[in-house]
Amino acid sequence: MTEKKPGWKEYPLAAVISKPGSCTYHNTGDWKTMRPVRDDSKCDKCGFCWIICPDAALFMGEDGYYEVDLYHCKGCGICAHECKKSAIRMIPEEH
Amino acid sequence: MGIRTGMEVSIAISEAVKLSRAEVIAAYPITPQTHIVEELARMVADGELDAKFIMVESEHSAMSACIGAAAAGARSFTATAAQGLALMHEMLYIASGLRLPVVMAVANRAMSAPLSIWGDHSDIMAERDSGWIQLFAETGQDAFDLTIQAFRIAEDERVSLPVVVNIDGFTLSHVIEPLEIESQEDVDRFLPPFKPVIQLDPDKPISIGPVGFPEIYTEIKKQQNVALVESYKVIREIWNEFRDMFGREYHPVESYRTEDAEILIHIAGSTAGTARIAVDMLREKGEKVGLIRTRLWRPYPFEDMKKAVAGVKAVAAVDRCLSFGGQGGPMCSELKSAMYNLEEKPFIAGFIAGLGGRDITIEDFFTIVKETKKMLEEGGGGEEYRMIGVRE
Repeated sequence: MTEKKPGWKEYPLAAVISKPGSCTYHNTGDWKTMRPVRDDSKCDKCGFCWIICPDAALFMGEDGYYEVDLYHCKGCGICAHECKKSAIRMIPEEH
Repeated sequence: MGIRTGMEVSIAISEAVKLSRAEVIAAYPITPQTHIVEELARMVADGELDAKFIMVESEHSAMSACIGAAAAGARSFTATAAQGLALMHEMLYIASGLRLPVVMAVANRAMSAPLSIWGDHSDIMAERDSGWIQLFAETGQDAFDLTIQAFRIAEDERVSLPVVVNIDGFTLSHVIEPLEIESQEDVDRFLPPFKPVIQLDPDKPISIGPVGFPEIYTEIKKQQNVALVESYKVIREIWNEFRDMFGREYHPVESYRTEDAEILIHIAGSTAGTARIAVDMLREKGEKVGLIRTRLWRPYPFEDMKKAVAGVKAVAAVDRCLSFGGQGGPMCSELKSAMYNLEEKPFIAGFIAGLGGRDITIEDFFTIVKETKKMLEEGGGGEEYRMIGVRE
């Protein structure tokens, strides 16, 4: 059974999105081929990765380390490239 | 009560925009439209019109600013011509695709190159498929009335689409004509304040213009097309209301002396005035000639057109635009397409005239009718179109 998709009358006018923040529901994390892994012995919790992440896919955890939100991280690798302490490396994503 | 006065048509459009209480005007000067926004700028500067006048760096920005203003809930207006309209091209699709009721006057002008500041319809014909409601004025009164009507049509909640009012560059934009300027009170009664269908509001946040993946794009375009096609009924309704309030009638296809006519001249814009004189003169000689004029170009008034040409032997379709390498005139092509599946249809002869400000004279219309009759006698064949007045 295929899911019945909405007809043209059912869509909001001009494709307006009336629910703010709806893009957070999109699992952009499944685009990635590589994912970032942190080495806690090198990381000094500076937060540079959090600042430069283009997808806001990092958040501060309770212990002060910045954790990756793998549901949204696209695996671009900018954090690993920019980390001053080389504390992040990219490993192949397992699908 | 309105005031009957003599006024340059561009200024009359500015008056119509003022009486319509436009809230944002964004424009870039280009001949032959400049007087419209120049006068609006003066009105705003002198405190006669409570609006924001945005001087932008290009027509692309002018349309962008109008789109933004309309999305914020402001009644928005701009005016342009030729290359300026072409520079707006991509934004015209955004305005219609976002269903924002921007109103624009286009003082129709030939496209360069060679550079021409003079009138023809090649600018608007390039925007035929941009999803705007498209109207053509013949006279100064038309231009004034259509501008006020345009806001009402565009903003109707069943429509919510942008509207362009076409006026011929110079032959209409720069002439002084007698016309009725309606009172603010009456215009206010006809045109209530803008109630946006789609509005950016911090208290009710929405996103407009998101990506439309292949899965939904077709459905959204279907919505848009249905709105444009169905705007026809709303336009008729608003024109009827306008007639009841102001006493002037508007039809999608205007007819003149078409009763018992065997040959109809078809044209849009101010040249219809000349054609009307030619028709009168030919009628005096006993020739059964009439005139039809397309006022509503989009949505195309198929049924009105079929009715207008029913029973005639031939239509001489005159375009002020040349579709290079195609059938000649866009309006002629459209007319032919509209008739194609009918069992009884007239012979349609295509003519190109009045390019880049070349005068279309009464004699030109005599030639057009004569050639149409000749082609008809020869069995209705021949070339797809003829260019009138071109020197060999």
